[in-house]
Amino acid sequence: MIRRLRALDPLLCLPAAALCAAGVVLVWSSTRSAIDDTGAYLTRQILYGLAGLAVMVALAGVDRWSLRAWGLPAYVIGCLGLAAVLTPLGVTVNGSRSWLNLAGLQFQPSEPAKLALVLALASLLGTASDDEPPGRPGHAAARLPAALGLAAVPLGLVMLQPDLGTALIMAAITAGMLVVAGTPWRWIALLAALAAGAAGLAWWLRLLKPHQVQRLLVFADPSADPQGVGYNALQALETVGSGGLFGQGLFRGDQTGGRFVPEQHTDFIFTVAGEELGFAGAALLLLLLWAVLWRGLRIAMRAASPYERLVAGGIVCWLAAQSAINVGMVLGLAPIVGVPLPLLSYGGSSTLTCLAAAGILMSIRHDPRDALPVAPDVRIRS
Amino acid sequence: MRSRIVLVQVLVTCLFCVLLGRLWQVQVVDGDRYARAASADHVRHVVVPAVRGRIVDDHGRPLARNRTAMAVSVDRTVLARLPDGGRDVLRRLASLLGVSRRELAARTRLCDAKPKKGCWAGSPYRPIPVAEAVDERIAMRIVERADRFPGVVAELQPVRDHPQGETAAHVIGYVAPDDRSNVATAPVGRDGLEAAYEADLRGTPGSRELVVDSAGRVVRTLRERPAEPGATLVTSIDSRVQRATERALEKAVRSARKRGRVADSAAAVVLEARTGRVVALANLPGYDPSVWVGGIDPKVYARLVDERRGSPLLSRAIQGQWAPASTWKVTSVAAAVREGRPLTGSYDCPGSYRVGDRDFRNYGGVGYGRMDLRRALEVSCDTIFYRFAYEMWREKPKGHPMVSMARAFGFGAKTGVDLPGESAGYLPRGDWDAPGHAANFSIGQGEVLVTPLQLARAYAALANGGTLFSPRVGKRVVAADGKVLREITPPVAGRLPVGRKTLAYIRQGLSDVTRTGTAAAAFAGYPLDKHPIAGKTGTAEVFGKQDTSWFASFDRRHVVVVMVAQGGNGGETAAPAARDIWSAIHRVEEK
Repeated sequence: MIRRLRALDPLLCLPAAALCAAGVVLVWSSTRSAIDDTGAYLTRQILYGLAGLAVMVALAGVDRWSLRAWGLPAYVIGCLGLAAVLTPLGVTVNGSRSWLNLAGLQFQPSEPAKLALVLALASLLGTASDDEPPGRPGHAAARLPAALGLAAVPLGLVMLQPDLGTALIMAAITAGMLVVAGTPWRWIALLAALAAGAAGLAWWLRLLKPHQVQRLLVFADPSADPQGVGYNALQALETVGSGGLFGQGLFRGDQTGGRFVPEQHTDFIFTVAGEELGFAGAALLLLLLWAVLWRGLRIAMRAASPYERLVAGGIVCWLAAQSAINVGMVLGLAPIVGVPLPLLSYGGSSTLTCLAAAGILMSIRHDPRDALPVAPDVRIRS
Repeated sequence: MRSRIVLVQVLVTCLFCVLLGRLWQVQVVDGDRYARAASADHVRHVVVPAVRGRIVDDHGRPLARNRTAMAVSVDRTVLARLPDGGRDVLRRLASLLGVSRRELAARTRLCDAKPKKGCWAGSPYRPIPVAEAVDERIAMRIVERADRFPGVVAELQPVRDHPQGETAAHVIGYVAPDDRSNVATAPVGRDGLEAAYEADLRGTPGSRELVVDSAGRVVRTLRERPAEPGATLVTSIDSRVQRATERALEKAVRSARKRGRVADSAAAVVLEARTGRVVALANLPGYDPSVWVGGIDPKVYARLVDERRGSPLLSRAIQGQWAPASTWKVTSVAAAVREGRPLTGSYDCPGSYRVGDRDFRNYGGVGYGRMDLRRALEVSCDTIFYRFAYEMWREKPKGHPMVSMARAFGFGAKTGVDLPGESAGYLPRGDWDAPGHAANFSIGQGEVLVTPLQLARAYAALANGGTLFSPRVGKRVVAADGKVLREITPPVAGRLPVGRKTLAYIRQGLSDVTRTGTAAAAFAGYPLDKHPIAGKTGTAEVFGKQDTSWFASFDRRHVVVVMVAQGGNGGETAAPAARDIWSAIHRVEEK
């Protein structure tokens, strides 16, 4: 137990816990005037946060060999979860079949699936080596098709729900990890071109659901549909904007209190911070998120092995993409795709998965006392 | 691999810088704009109606005041949340209030781009009034069975109350919703004093800024400015005299009908001769102003303006116009004296007088021999005036002196009374081709039309020595806290171009009318020694109808003019009514 607590990284632990606490308060504020069970959201989010912190502490003490062993099983379980959503076990919310109902407990398998994808890709790409001769299965370039195939399964399952937001995050994870893995730039450029082509094709073949098309169109012009989808974008901007420099004060925002922003406690939690805490508070939250990611990247930098570096890098890419898309859509920089804001949004699946990721980052952190003598790390640190 | 991590580091940091920059732009640079848009979404401005001021008579007796009545309103936001959208509640409410379901549904529908008839143009956050002045027992059934009527509110609301019933209904006027405004406001004065003094009576509505949630429910009150109640209008109406005037008209019409007259309508005006204030102003047929409370029934309104029912909404004393007949002769005498006819001269009053190629006859064709002008007024000799008119026509064919004198007496122009919708009457230009028109004009027949109020103020000028007032009903405006805001004095509209002596002479001539002249019968037994009353009867011929009966009378302080349309002879119908009014003014006990 002591060993586990010692494994906690204060520079990661503190901002993550602070974000969790802020999330609880913001969820409280955004649901303070809910018509149904006021307070239930607060209680549940506190429980999720505590459970998540426990998971984080537990995972922080895991040794790197166990972590590596979990990669494949996590991936298989994650994919099974995503597949189960499409069976009668799944529950449709807001047009997407993203929820699994197990014994009265609802959760979103797509959240842990992101983490599972990170672990699986890391085990695939982390064992490759540029020293192997080209053409051999061990060579990094040879692993690229395998990595894409690995990512395609959960991504495809998520698109079937359909959940455009999670699909985008998974694509970002894959792209980010390929970059971190040292894939040659010409391969990456080719992939980017292919992705763009595929996106164009999807648009042309009308593979997207009408509500997804609508969201993208509204992003181009928020006032196009002020009563429908544009309402969400417009209200989010008005709510954030009316916070000004120092905000209306916690629990005192009229937009938040009047429940003008739909899905405010989940995907639009950042609007609460914007209105009630102002630029000062919202910027502080962004800085805390950035601190978590920065710390994650420091951990990646000092990771003992390519596998761990890739896990840390993948987690950072995932959280960064998700934060940027979420805040971006609130601020009108990105289309409205439903992704929660890591550590802040209401929801058990998201909170638990994010804190688990933080725990994994801590377990990767190179502890000088049980460090293996790895020369490049020493060089970097000096 | 590490260089790739550094790349990610740079990328992530850049991403967050972009987000921070955008956050600054949205919250600080454009913050005000978004805040305004947001407050337009969640702040609602609600008008708090002001309590309307009272209208009281000269002694402080209320003519129009407010009383609270049960009003039923429907809250759309509550109905909208019911499973059936409130259809069931509206159905129950319609049968309780006794209105059709369709009408009730229409009244609770919000006006949109294409407003439908009866739709609610007011704030969707305010309960929509569907019935005012509801019977208390019906309202209590709504209050007691609140579970059967969710979203229906029955509450006390001020409505206009007329404690004296029909008294002075035309003078008071009425309030009704302002249909020119597309925003629902408090009812505004639409006629009578209610309209003329709208700005004083209305008060200043207050406002309330409410914070609402996305469902439109009120969360809290942001700001509140209380309404300022309207001021009280003190009038110069004496409701005792007013009632007596109305009763006198009713009695006169009743007895005229017994004598076989049509007597379809009547009007009377009582003025203070020396100030130009209106003491009483009555019209027949009248109506009960309570029909306006709670919105008038279109069927009732149609009756009020129906000509066959005598258009009870019409205020004949200021809006009706008739030929003045012999009451007109005072202007003719004044014109004759001004044109050089000796005031105290002696004139021949033959049975008929030839004007041009036509014989103009006295009433009944009787000749009275030689007489002075006083006597001419007293017995109402016509032929003397025919001669005057004919001679003047020959002397001044381009502008007949009698017409300009009539204009100086205020005829042919609105009196400027503080009541809306006044008629100007009619005066010819006085450049007739045929002298017969001038002859007719001299005795108030033919082309001339006057309103009872015009005649009354002309007689007031005669009585007060020549000052022509613009009459006023309003006397002062008093704030709700008792402070006098404004004194209202009838403005002087002009001076009669008639000498003091002439006026005194005419007054003297008219004072004999009630003793020995055409109104002697009507004033038989009246204590004229104590309360001398001068007057002039008039019997105007109207083509195709019975004669208009006039009596214009005055003493030192008051003027009483009575007109009964199709009432017959002036001395027979109008003069007795005037006597009843005088009895009330002088507090004479009649047997």
